[in-house]
Amino acid sequence: MTVSLELNGPDASRDLIAAASPEHPSLLDPTHRMDALFGVVNIPNVIWIDETGMIVRPPEPGWPDDRMALPDDMLAAIPELGSAPTAPTPPAEGPGQWDVLGSGQARVGYADAIRDWVRNGADSEFALGPDEVVARSQPRSPDASAGAAHFELANALWREGERAEAIAHFNECHRLQPDNWTYKRQAWSLLGRERVGGKYGQFVQAPLKGEESDWPFASDFTSDVLATELGGYYPKTL
Amino acid sequence: MLVDRLDIGPDEFAAGTGWDIKPEGACKGEVCVPLPSGDFDLEAITARLGMAIVADESGGRWAIGPESLGDRALATAETPELVLDDVEGTEFRLSSLRGQKVVIVSWAPY
Repeated sequence: MTVSLELNGPDASRDLIAAASPEHPSLLDPTHRMDALFGVVNIPNVIWIDETGMIVRPPEPGWPDDRMALPDDMLAAIPELGSAPTAPTPPAEGPGQWDVLGSGQARVGYADAIRDWVRNGADSEFALGPDEVVARSQPRSPDASAGAAHFELANALWREGERAEAIAHFNECHRLQPDNWTYKRQAWSLLGRERVGGKYGQFVQAPLKGEESDWPFASDFTSDVLATELGGYYPKTL
Repeated sequence: MLVDRLDIGPDEFAAGTGWDIKPEGACKGEVCVPLPSGDFDLEAITARLGMAIVADESGGRWAIGPESLGDRALATAETPELVLDDVEGTEFRLSSLRGQKVVIVSWAPY
């Protein structure tokens, strides 16, 4: 089953779902219920559930194979970007963006782990017991709960056209739950989708070069990735 | 969950949060959290479950955040109900897949 975490209505996901021609349920999650109910904090995140309805692996990064390639025309469509004026300063000798994005969870072998569980069920070395599932689920403090509440208000206000109020709640959400990348990427993508548009505008998640002062969010994608240690963006769990 | 008033009842609370109010307390799966005796008290229950309540200052609306029991996102390994639409607007319930192994992949077009 796949779930698209996107507040911009069905059309934002429709073409990608059609291209995949899924034979499984392919659903839309405009209010990010997956974050609140399961602790999803990034995409892709994968959850395993057994026949009795018990979670045997909580949300974790996972891929069908080791591909990291972007579409040929994507990078050319992304304009030169700046940084949010209040974004963290990247460490002088820190890893690069692609180093961080490619670190942590191994992409090779994840699908094989699923196949092992399908064959062996609870005897699979990858199936976790209930206590370990809970213990391995994402940390959630009272602040993180407040962050989720701010996100829900921001989401509703944005869809109602109350942009200034929505952005204030997005920023408070990001401050209270800084490790939730879907809350951040969702918000940043809204402006890229509007300001750049086209097939890839939603991937512009930072201010355009020269327009930094017009960026209302506290940070941006590249700045936050560069401030993340290796293995921190897609933590290794297998 | 979003609410337009804070005097909601236990049924509405359960529908929005997955926590049922029972004689033994607030329950989700096999986990039950004892509650103070007396009538349903949203403020007391959300405080007990570690749920934040945030007001929309522009109007009469509040958001209730998810529980933060034990400082983990999951209070139990029992799968909560998830009801979402597909791209054509047809409702789908995760519980309809009971009896099969399920892998849920969260993705986004950004």
